[in-house]
Amino acid sequence: MLEIRDLNVHYGAIHALKGISLTVGDGELVSLIGANGAGKTTTLHTISGLLRATSGSITLDGADLQKVPANTIINLGLAHVPEGRHVFASMTVEENLKMGAYTLRDAKRVAANMEKVYGHFPRLQERRRQLAGTLSGGEQQMLATGRALMTDPKMVLMDEPSMGLSPILVKEIFKIIRELHESGITILLVEQNAKMALSVSDRAYVLETGSISMEGPAAQLAEDDRVRKAYLGA
Amino acid sequence: MTKTDKRRYLLNFAAAVLVFAVTVVMGMTGGDAMKLSIAPSIWQCSYLIIMAASLNLVLGFLGQLSLGHCGFMAVGAYTSALLSLAFERAGFYTDKSGPAFLLVLVLSVLLAGIAAAVLGLVVGIPALRLKGDYLAIITLGFGMIIVNVINNLPFCGQQGLDQGSASSALYANGLAFSNDEKMSYLWVVGVVVILCMTSMFMFVRSKYGRAIRAIRDNEIAASASGINVSYFKVITFTISAFYAGITGALYSCCNAALATTSFAFTNGSILNSVFIVVMVVVGGMGSLTGSVIAAVLLFLLNYTIKNGGWVDLLPAFLQGVFTYPMLVYSIALIIVIMFRPRGIMGSREFALCDIPKWPGQFRSYLAARRAGREDRRKEAAHHG
Repeated sequence: MLEIRDLNVHYGAIHALKGISLTVGDGELVSLIGANGAGKTTTLHTISGLLRATSGSITLDGADLQKVPANTIINLGLAHVPEGRHVFASMTVEENLKMGAYTLRDAKRVAANMEKVYGHFPRLQERRRQLAGTLSGGEQQMLATGRALMTDPKMVLMDEPSMGLSPILVKEIFKIIRELHESGITILLVEQNAKMALSVSDRAYVLETGSISMEGPAAQLAEDDRVRKAYLGA
Repeated sequence: MTKTDKRRYLLNFAAAVLVFAVTVVMGMTGGDAMKLSIAPSIWQCSYLIIMAASLNLVLGFLGQLSLGHCGFMAVGAYTSALLSLAFERAGFYTDKSGPAFLLVLVLSVLLAGIAAAVLGLVVGIPALRLKGDYLAIITLGFGMIIVNVINNLPFCGQQGLDQGSASSALYANGLAFSNDEKMSYLWVVGVVVILCMTSMFMFVRSKYGRAIRAIRDNEIAASASGINVSYFKVITFTISAFYAGITGALYSCCNAALATTSFAFTNGSILNSVFIVVMVVVGGMGSLTGSVIAAVLLFLLNYTIKNGGWVDLLPAFLQGVFTYPMLVYSIALIIVIMFRPRGIMGSREFALCDIPKWPGQFRSYLAARRAGREDRRKEAAHHG
């Protein structure tokens, strides 16, 4: 579904991504793990058009994403859940979800998608009249994810969904990610919590200072000595 | 439309009709106080209200600091003054009554808005690519540049148009109302304020309004939700400039002569870009009704300081403070920021149909305060 080839990204003089290539197949859950500053978020931002690559190609089902502005990429069925739980703090949960469906004109589809999101996140339905800024961290992460699902996307990019959450909430979020995956949504997951990420993923890539150092089935990587030493604390 | 919505619309409509009726009736009454102070005050209040509310679109709803709002007002004021002057010299109307003049008035107000909006678009496209402080600096610069440009246009000075000269005030103005005309045209204020406020409310309540609040809350998430951030920023800035232009036309109705110093970044009166920002902050960023309330309150404060009133009743040493009005405004601003940092209204709107709920809200507020005090006392006892 998603194919990245020889992607190079620069921040001024800093070479952030050094020719990375990765693919995500239909219905796959692929994770991208790595340390701080390895270029994980940069990769996602480049895919969703928030950053521009210096060279290389990104295609979604054959369509070139490089030429599409950030705000219209969502129309191609690719949704982005940005890092750090970006919710619209002064709006209610329901308004936040409506914002997620901003590009949809069909009110019936919006209502149907909202039902679906509430199905995944019953907690959000309980709090639908509450201001998003007053939600807990875990609930905000759920809201940011739910908002991305409002357009009924084919593929979701998730950036550090576990960031700053308690271990119990991390488990809950990953349970939801697994459910989404099982419902057929293609997911590219960026995580520092490699253990959790590898436990839910089909395949994974290890990103080190801007290049991919390892790739393979998630179960196999979880057994790899180098990965265990560097990212799993074994 | 639900039943409460219907009631809400009906109430708002009734209130708008009432405001209009009041301006009509007041315009028909006589009396020196009415003619010399009340009617001109209502005119001045009207442009302060629209200025504050329209800046709130950019500052409160979009979350961008613009420091050159009076620049757009200047464009509107000069456009309407010169346009009406052209019609007057062409002999389209001779005295300020009748349908011909009314047509010129409507045209001047609209074109004042459009001219300011076009400039808002031209300034907004490059300026809104910048963020935070840089946008503030650019808009500040724009406010100063526009004043200089107007000063150096020969048709904007002295007698205006073909009889003008650069670098002086514009003495000729086709709209300039005398005190009698300010009375007989008082209904114009009612109409313009109602139309402007209603359309601003419609804008912020629409899908567009939701989009710009989303941008204020979180630009990245807004962009990820498929909102074209730059487009909405420029559109909002342009709309805000449009209203500022309209206030410019109201200003030229109020004043026989225009001078660019009236639209400066800061000056001795309360009509300047900084003071409009103060009004928005005092009223509450993100509350249009808050802007209206703050504009009226600050106008009344200014008016009573200048023209006497309750200030005379104060002890002599306090009266001394009021000879420095700018000091008083600063103190007022500090007090508001200390006790109500989010402004008088915060981001809420004043709504007529909420009034019956007030006693209940006040009781629960008191209960919450009492509970808070109790908790603190218990905690203190616990620690002690």
